[in-house]
Amino acid sequence: MSNEAGKELLKIENLHAWYGESHILHGMELTVHEGEVITLLGRNGSGRSTTLKAILGIVGRRTGSIRVRGVEVINMPTHKIAHVGRLGYCPEERGIFASLNVEENLELPPTLAEGGMSVDEIYQMFPNLEERRYSQGSKLSGGEQQMLAIARILRTGATLLLLDEITEGLAPVILKSLDGVIRKLRERGYTIVLVEQNFRFAAPLADRHYVIEHGRVVEAIDAADLEAKQEQLNRHLSV
Amino acid sequence: MSIQVILAQALLGLNVGVFYAMLSLGLAVIFGLLNIINFAHGAMYMLGAFIALIGYSFMDQWFGISIQIGFWPSLIIVPLLVGGLGILIERTMLKRLYDLDHIYGLLLTFGITLILQGLFSNYFNVSGTPYPGQPDALSGVVNLGFMYFPTYRLFAIVFSLVVCFATWYVIEHTKLGSRLRAGVENPQLTQTFGLNVPLMVTLTFGFGAALAGLAGVLAAPIYSVSPLMGADLIIVVFAVVVIGGMGSIMGAILSGLALGLIEGLTKVFYPPAASTVIFFLMVLVLLFRPAGLFGKEK
Repeated sequence: MSNEAGKELLKIENLHAWYGESHILHGMELTVHEGEVITLLGRNGSGRSTTLKAILGIVGRRTGSIRVRGVEVINMPTHKIAHVGRLGYCPEERGIFASLNVEENLELPPTLAEGGMSVDEIYQMFPNLEERRYSQGSKLSGGEQQMLAIARILRTGATLLLLDEITEGLAPVILKSLDGVIRKLRERGYTIVLVEQNFRFAAPLADRHYVIEHGRVVEAIDAADLEAKQEQLNRHLSV
Repeated sequence: MSIQVILAQALLGLNVGVFYAMLSLGLAVIFGLLNIINFAHGAMYMLGAFIALIGYSFMDQWFGISIQIGFWPSLIIVPLLVGGLGILIERTMLKRLYDLDHIYGLLLTFGITLILQGLFSNYFNVSGTPYPGQPDALSGVVNLGFMYFPTYRLFAIVFSLVVCFATWYVIEHTKLGSRLRAGVENPQLTQTFGLNVPLMVTLTFGFGAALAGLAGVLAAPIYSVSPLMGADLIIVVFAVVVIGGMGSIMGAILSGLALGLIEGLTKVFYPPAASTVIFFLMVLVLLFRPAGLFGKEK
């Protein structure tokens, strides 16, 4: 279900990123079109999460080119990148604010563009959150925190979502509802970059898979070629 | 000992307490958001009182402008000026120290305090200059039934309480407040949502400084304006913040008020201990509840 005709939303070229002295990304290249769901696959420490962080400017240092919606953001401060790129980021650790309740967490991010989901729509998509709307962030289960972390960025009008390891540590029943959420978002035209360990979760959802090793893309596999290249992929991921 | 004496001392204690509360509130806000122990807070308070005094008595002599800035306009102008200076200090100096240990911020602000104190000691008498600008509407006394209480002091108590609780309300119960709290908890993630955390930090520091400046204006008609007025108070205020719990907004307000009261009542029951009772309580709190009465254990 590749959507090559869609507008280029994110284009990364020759991206290098550092944490202090550690050189993490070594010339990352990838392109995401409007409406696509892509995954970044790879072993731990290969640079997948760092790629998302580099897009947002929350790594130590970065060089190269990151164009979001046609705008170069490599030298832009983080808070501006969110607005320019209409970006929503869901971090690996979920980042639910313990001092705020569910509703405050939900209403925290500012509106980036029109067309975001209303709180009611969000509660329809995530009924658990409505029941717990006045609970402190720290009192939520892992699954609820994950739902809240995704719900929070849907309110803002962000249409390019960067989701980091959203399935990590969650029970199968919750994975199923997350799968449903991603499918709904894709139907609604969201563009999604998924960093995933759980290949079985990601495989049926994505249009294209980027395999990352040592901070750069070593293979880009379209969903249609997945079966043919399964062995190659397994080798990369050491499954 | 009559109940009147106790009530009178309690009210005078509360009067001191509102200054403790306002200053410790500013310190708590700044510590909570910036993780900086702002030793210059007392100097900002002193500066507030001096700017009010200069605006009222020295405009002609110093600047050749024959204008007298009265108490009411000072309540607005002075916090803006002191807040502006706070912003300047944060932007040009403090922001370079965020990645370093607390002690560097403390040392820098201690240095700023000494410079400001030195500057004002050069021009003004360290034993204090009276502020003559107390408005007529607030002169005289009010009959409270059990005692006559100076109208101005009553005004200072009520005004400070309103400012303190309004600040608490904004931080704890508004969207702006929740963004500030989020910025404290996880600045990096908060920025990825498109919130300008460095600007929030700067403005918050300015606001904390403005609160100290405002307390200085309120204090000017009660205490004489002296270059050391802030240094005398800031040590007690640090003890108040420690007792309330570093970074706790409500803790800072309530412990400020309570400790003012306790200090006032100690003057009735055992006057020699009045100036040390707060430090005694601080020692107890540090021994038995190190995070402070309202702080959360980490």
